[in-house]
Amino acid sequence: MTSPAAPLSTQIIPDAVYSHDIPAERPWSRVLRQGQTLRIIDSEGQQAVDALLYCADNPAERYSAQDTLRVQGSAYVDLGTRLISNKGRVMARVTADTCGQHDTSAGCCSCESNAARFGEATKYQHACRENFILELSKHGLTKRDIVANLNFFMSVPIEPSGAFTVVDGISAPGNYVDITVDMDVLFVISNCPQINNPCNDFNPTPIRVIIWNPREM
Amino acid sequence: MTTVQTKQEISETNRRRYEELRAAGQDVTPMGLPEATALDGAPIAPETVISREQVPAGWYATVRLRRGEALRIVEDTGHSSVSLIGWREEDTSERINCADTVKVQWSAAISKGRVILSDMGRVLLSLVEDTSGAHDLLVGGSTPASTLAAYGATSRNTHENFLSAAAKIGLGLRDIPPCVTFFAPVSLDPKGRFLWNSGRKRSGDFVELRAEMNLVLVLSNCAHPLDPARPAASGPITLVRHRAPPPAQDDPRRTTSAEIIRAFEFTDRLYA
Repeated sequence: MTSPAAPLSTQIIPDAVYSHDIPAERPWSRVLRQGQTLRIIDSEGQQAVDALLYCADNPAERYSAQDTLRVQGSAYVDLGTRLISNKGRVMARVTADTCGQHDTSAGCCSCESNAARFGEATKYQHACRENFILELSKHGLTKRDIVANLNFFMSVPIEPSGAFTVVDGISAPGNYVDITVDMDVLFVISNCPQINNPCNDFNPTPIRVIIWNPREM
Repeated sequence: MTTVQTKQEISETNRRRYEELRAAGQDVTPMGLPEATALDGAPIAPETVISREQVPAGWYATVRLRRGEALRIVEDTGHSSVSLIGWREEDTSERINCADTVKVQWSAAISKGRVILSDMGRVLLSLVEDTSGAHDLLVGGSTPASTLAAYGATSRNTHENFLSAAAKIGLGLRDIPPCVTFFAPVSLDPKGRFLWNSGRKRSGDFVELRAEMNLVLVLSNCAHPLDPARPAASGPITLVRHRAPPPAQDDPRRTTSAEIIRAFEFTDRLYA
């Protein structure tokens, strides 16, 4: 059994301004100010973290998976990836990554897609889209605003043939990814509740988020 | 007698089901997919044609399809690519979803016999004819920035075409999801880098999409951002809207996986 990353925030990041444990299966959101960094810690390992970004001043401008992959020229998110908006601007950058592979092509789970994928009984299980709808409602946004998201710590290899598979996550307990924002960003997370595929090792667990300010120049 | 499964047992049961679905979806389903349509194949009976239009290079068209109608998209010159988005007419919050399309079919490559899904676990469109099999769901269409970078000046592009088309039906930037691009031969190398396979484009290639729900579609006729041609590849496309024939033996309704059979059931309930 792995222990939660309780003391990490203060030990590793003395200038953290915010730290929060997101329980298994729950959503979270917060506005990050330009220059701030968000660390997402996979506290117990193998936990997919679905994320959406919106321009805080004009949420119609939001993270775009296709623009991000086009600019990058490759299919996976990792250290150095620039997260691009649907208006072509850099919203944020991946500035640290101890996991090494994240997805942005598989979208989020929903009651409706689960029913098609795994059978109708799974329609009545909690899903990321339920989380996103509820969390976005706090900011005046709706299902319309849910686009293809980031899936941190989720491993989705795409073969040259096109074969597309969600496989067991490779993140170890305490692995983290840092996102530094280039504008004021509404950052929305669903701590993925999926229990029908290996993205969470069939066992959703808590994660931790930590925010810190840019260092003085 | 009822038995209560432990968390561990549920996890093991779900993993087993996942592995069975994966084997079916990746090992069995592809073997049952139909051959590509021949370039001179699948003629449209003239009496079924509802409308026909040609869309010039760089421009867009908005097409309404009733459930059961089909749209043939013909790439007249072999140079262009056609990006597509679409919404359910009765509720435009339901729309094309590329992520679910690839995830539910276990494949980022779509071809004849595959479907395009909405975000509600339902089938938006069936790919009932396809001469090409070289389409992109990962990279998306051109944008002001991509045309500036590629050609040294901002030119007509898919992002702005989608915005203009959406505005004319009362929708906006918030309603524009990731798109599918037909005749865009994008593949991945083993490291995940995108490759462009020019050899897979031919003059006269076509796809035929059958509407499985009442739809509003927008098609943008712009060069794909990975297309290396300079100046920009361009040419007209022809759109033929017609009443689709009954499902053939190799129709997606008959040939695909357990997942897609369920998605068709959910779609049919909308109109039952």
